[in-house]
Amino acid sequence: MKNRTAFKAAFPYTIPVLAGYLFMGMAFGILLQSKGYHFGWAFFMALFMYAGSMQFVAINLLTGGFHLLHTAFMTLMVNARHLFYGLSMLEKFKNMGSKKPYMVFSLTDETYSLLCSVKPPDHVDKNWFYFFIALLNQSYWITGCTLGAILGSLITFNSKGIDFVMTALFVVIFIGQWKSNPNHMPACIGVGTTVLCLLIFGATNFLLPSMLCILVLLTVMRKKIEENHTHDLNR
Amino acid sequence: MILTVEQSIYMILVMALITFLTRALPFIIFPGNKKTPKYIQYLGEVLPYAIIGMLIVYCLKDVKLTSGTFGLPECIAIIVIACLHFRFENTLLSIGIGTVLYMILVQFIFVSS
Repeated sequence: MKNRTAFKAAFPYTIPVLAGYLFMGMAFGILLQSKGYHFGWAFFMALFMYAGSMQFVAINLLTGGFHLLHTAFMTLMVNARHLFYGLSMLEKFKNMGSKKPYMVFSLTDETYSLLCSVKPPDHVDKNWFYFFIALLNQSYWITGCTLGAILGSLITFNSKGIDFVMTALFVVIFIGQWKSNPNHMPACIGVGTTVLCLLIFGATNFLLPSMLCILVLLTVMRKKIEENHTHDLNR
Repeated sequence: MILTVEQSIYMILVMALITFLTRALPFIIFPGNKKTPKYIQYLGEVLPYAIIGMLIVYCLKDVKLTSGTFGLPECIAIIVIACLHFRFENTLLSIGIGTVLYMILVQFIFVSS
């Protein structure tokens, strides 16, 4: 009973991800099967790897030859941002018991951003609530990837631009955070440094320097940010 | 398929393992039974605000501002989403209208040849 209410409470929050993952997953499946990997591959990659942008990179790697070290390094680079996600989930996952390993495994961009922004309703068990958000999201992704690989070229509907749903989700979460936290410095640091690094390092190499700069700036400005924080709380 | 089935499985295994490692590392370094250092707690608190900002830029990384559509469809859609969300704070409404608007913009109005 406890988990049924949690499931019902969690589902509406995942609808944007449902749309995004189905379409992005299908795009992945279509691309993968065009390289000669049938839907079974798409299914197992979505099940065990479960990483949006990394799976697209994986297609390039799989068609580029058998280089395990290079593959390992590329994966590390593309997914390095996930190191940050865990840091902000240490407290949230602390008491999740047997659900914790799955929560850690399934911490994608989208699941992370939902977990950061949604508050479980009062009557709902929060651990089950978070768990169902993670589980539902992966089920959408697996469905999308597998369907895409099965249907492949049958799809003729013009879906150009549908991937914008992910950008929209992040923008909405950004605005939500902006309104709920009067201290805008961390948000500005995030956008500012990333834009700057994108301009300096280019679209393929900017993520790692951005993360480093964000880390340095947040550390240097710690006093100021925390002061603002307590100031706002006392107001 | 360029690789054999076996080689493909190895490649996918490596990618899956490293992906999990990047997600698990913070939890390995700061296990739940120990007190997390103050500095790390602070980072955990402020990072989400910075990272969501970073992810927006990450989504837009391939937008060219100097050619093609000059990033106009993205710009318009984001402004509309922001206004809608500031006003109504309805996630599905903001995302739904924003995405459909963007699709209309790139499919019919800013058709890049």
